[in-house]
Amino acid sequence: MTYQLETAQHPEKLRRVAIDPVSRVEGHGKVTILLDDQNKVHQVRLHIVEFRGFEKFIQGRPYWEVPVMVQRLCGICPVSHHLAASKALDVIVGARKLTPAAEKLRRLMHYGQMLQSHALHFFHLCSPDLLFGFDSDVTRRNIVGVAAAHPEIAKRGVLLRKFGQEVIRVTAGKRVHGTGAVPGGMNKSLTVAERDELLKDIYHIVSWSRDAVHLIQKVHTQDPGLYNSFGIFRSNFMSIVGHNGDLDFYHGTLRARDDNGKLIFDDVDYQQYDKYIEEEVRPWSYMKFPFFKSLGREHGWYKVGPLARVQNCDQISTPFAEHERREFVDYAGGSPMHAPLAYHWTRMIEMLHAAEVIKDLLHDDDLLSDNLMVEGERRMEGVGVIEAPRGTLFHHYRVDENDLITMANLIVSTTNNNQAMNEAVRHVARRYLHGREVTEGLLNHIEVAIRAFDPCLSCATHALGKMPLAVELVDPEGNVVHSLSRT
Amino acid sequence: MSQTFMLDGKAIPFEEGQTIIQAASKAGVFIPHLCYHPDFKPHGSCKLCTVKVNGRQTASCTMRAMAGMVVESDTEEINAERRALTQMLFVEGNHFCPSCEQSGNCQLQATAYHLGMMSPHYDHFFPSRPVDASHPEVLLDFNRCILCSLCVRASRDVDGKNVFALSGRGIGTHLIVNAKSGQLADTDFTLADKAAQVCPVGVILRKRKGFAVPIGERKYDKAPISASVETEGR
Repeated sequence: MTYQLETAQHPEKLRRVAIDPVSRVEGHGKVTILLDDQNKVHQVRLHIVEFRGFEKFIQGRPYWEVPVMVQRLCGICPVSHHLAASKALDVIVGARKLTPAAEKLRRLMHYGQMLQSHALHFFHLCSPDLLFGFDSDVTRRNIVGVAAAHPEIAKRGVLLRKFGQEVIRVTAGKRVHGTGAVPGGMNKSLTVAERDELLKDIYHIVSWSRDAVHLIQKVHTQDPGLYNSFGIFRSNFMSIVGHNGDLDFYHGTLRARDDNGKLIFDDVDYQQYDKYIEEEVRPWSYMKFPFFKSLGREHGWYKVGPLARVQNCDQISTPFAEHERREFVDYAGGSPMHAPLAYHWTRMIEMLHAAEVIKDLLHDDDLLSDNLMVEGERRMEGVGVIEAPRGTLFHHYRVDENDLITMANLIVSTTNNNQAMNEAVRHVARRYLHGREVTEGLLNHIEVAIRAFDPCLSCATHALGKMPLAVELVDPEGNVVHSLSRT
Repeated sequence: MSQTFMLDGKAIPFEEGQTIIQAASKAGVFIPHLCYHPDFKPHGSCKLCTVKVNGRQTASCTMRAMAGMVVESDTEEINAERRALTQMLFVEGNHFCPSCEQSGNCQLQATAYHLGMMSPHYDHFFPSRPVDASHPEVLLDFNRCILCSLCVRASRDVDGKNVFALSGRGIGTHLIVNAKSGQLADTDFTLADKAAQVCPVGVILRKRKGFAVPIGERKYDKAPISASVETEGR
C-alpha cells in the first residue's frame, strides 16, 4: 500500500496523456498520465472533475424532502440514495424498527435496483471488453457489437435490467426517481396485480442470472493469467453484513477486513461510522479519499462493492448464490481475492442473490399489507447506510427543532473506492504502458481497470458505448507529438 | 329561461351576475386559471384566465357574462400567451418540481402540462427566499409563491385573521406574514384555517406529511386539470 506514481518528482519535464472522459462508466472522470521521453510512467491519477454540492444545498430544506431530493444525485442507482436518506431520517423520526411490510417493500425496491444496475454494468458497459478483448476492434467493442455477435446475451441483459426497473416502478411509483420510501416507512404497498405481474417473469430472471454467473466464471477461469493479475493491488475491504454474517444489501452492521481477510472491526453500529472512518481531501480531485482512522491515511484505505461484500460475508442466504459464492471462494484458494476483474464475477453472484431474494419476497403477503408507517421519539441526528450496487453508501443528517436540515454528509460508494481505483490504474499503467508507444487499445486497458469497479463518478451523468475520447501527447515544449481521437 | 353567450362556438348559459369563468365552469368548460377560486372574490392578477370578448382581451374571472358576448378562450394565440405567463411564473420563483412534495398536486405544474409548456424559456431569477419553518405544524416555502393572494383572501375574509399580506410593488411584490417578527409561529394561524387549504402551489405545507401520497394517486395523476371544472376541489 503505497503512494507510488501518485505525484511525480519533476512533472515540468514530462509529457501528459489524458483519457478524458473515461468512457463506459457512469459519470465524468479523466485519467492523466505523465511520461518521460522514453515513455516511462511517472504519474497516474484518476480525477473526478465534477462538483455537485448536494451536501450544501439541502441545508435549510425540510427533512422529509431529502429522500426525494438527494436521489437526483444519480439516474442509475437513485434508489440507493433514496433509501439511505430514508434510513437516516427513520432514526430522526424515531422509527428505528419499521413495520414488516415497509421493510420488505423497501428491500424489494433495493434488490430490484441491485438487479438492474448490475445487469446494466455487466451487459451494457463491460461485456464488450470481456467478450471481445480489451484491445479488440474498437468499432465493435460496444453493446451494439455484442448484440450482433451474441444476440441472446445482449437480449438477456436488456430484459434483466427491465425487470429490475419494473420492481422499482411498482414499489416507488416510477422506474427512476420515485417516491416510495418516506421517513418512518413507505407510502405504498403492492397490489395483487403488480405482484402477479412480477411473479410471471421472476423464474426466468433467476435462471438467466445463474447463466450470467457461469458466463463470467468461464471467462475468468479460462484466462487466469490475465484475470487474476490485471491491475491487482492488495487492500483492506469493507461492507455491511446482515444478521449472522449474511450478505445483506439493505441493512446490517459494518465489518472491515485487512488484505489477508483478518477482521479490523466487526459488528459496528453505523450510527458511529465517523469514529471509524475519516475522509481526506487532495487538491487534484473533487472526490475525497476515505480511510480507517485506526490505520491512518497511508494504510487505512480500502475497497467496497461486490468483491468486498462477497468475501466479507460469512454466507449468502439464498441457495444458488451461496453455491456460487462457495465456488468463488474455493477458486480464490482460501485467502481474499484482490484482482479487480474478479469484481465482475462477484457482481454476477450478487445479481443472482438479488433475483432469488426478489423471488422469495414476491411470495410474502406482507408486501400487500397497508401497515406501512411507524414513528417514535424525535431525534436531531441520524445516519443511514446501505449497500448500493457500487458499495457502502453513508448518509448522515442533522435536523433542527424546526425540521430543517442543518448538516449533511454523504460518503458515496465510489468515493470509498477512490484510492483503490487509483491503485488499479497505476498498476495497469506500469504493466502495459511503461516504455511503450501509447495506442487506443493500451489506453482502453486503463479504462477496463476503472470499469471493473463500476464507478459512478458523479452519480449523475451517464455514458453508453463510445464517448468522444481525445488523447494528445505533448512534449516538454508544448508541441503535440502524437494524437489519437475517436468521436 | 337563462341567457347565453358564445364561448369558442358553444352556447354557455349564465345567471345574472355570474362571471365568464363561473358560467364556463358550471357548463363544464375549462378556462386555465391560478388566482381564481370559486369560494373567493376574484383577484384578477394572474391573467391566466384571459379571454377575448368581442375581440378585446379581459380576465374572465372579473368580467361579468352578458348575453350575446362572443368569447374566445381555447385558441392557439391565447394559449401561447398563457404559456408565456406560466413560464414567467416558473422563472420568477424557485420551482423544483423533481423534489417538490406538491408535485402531482400542484395547480401551477398541472397548468404547465395542460398548456404544453416544455421548458421555462426565460432566464431564471433564482431569488433567495428562505423558508419559514417556525410554526410547529406548517412550513412556508416562499420559493414557490406565485402571488395569487388566495391565502391572503382566505385568512382575511374567511378566517378573520389577516395572517398573510402581499408587500412591496411590481417585481418586488412578495408574500409576508403579519407578525412583528415576520414569523408564522408568532401568529394565531392553525392547520384548520381556510388559508391552510387554498394554496394552489407548494407554499403552505403541512409539516412531516410530504410524499405521503404515492405517485399514481396524486390529484393530477388521476385526471388532468382541465377535468377539474366541476369540483374545483383542492
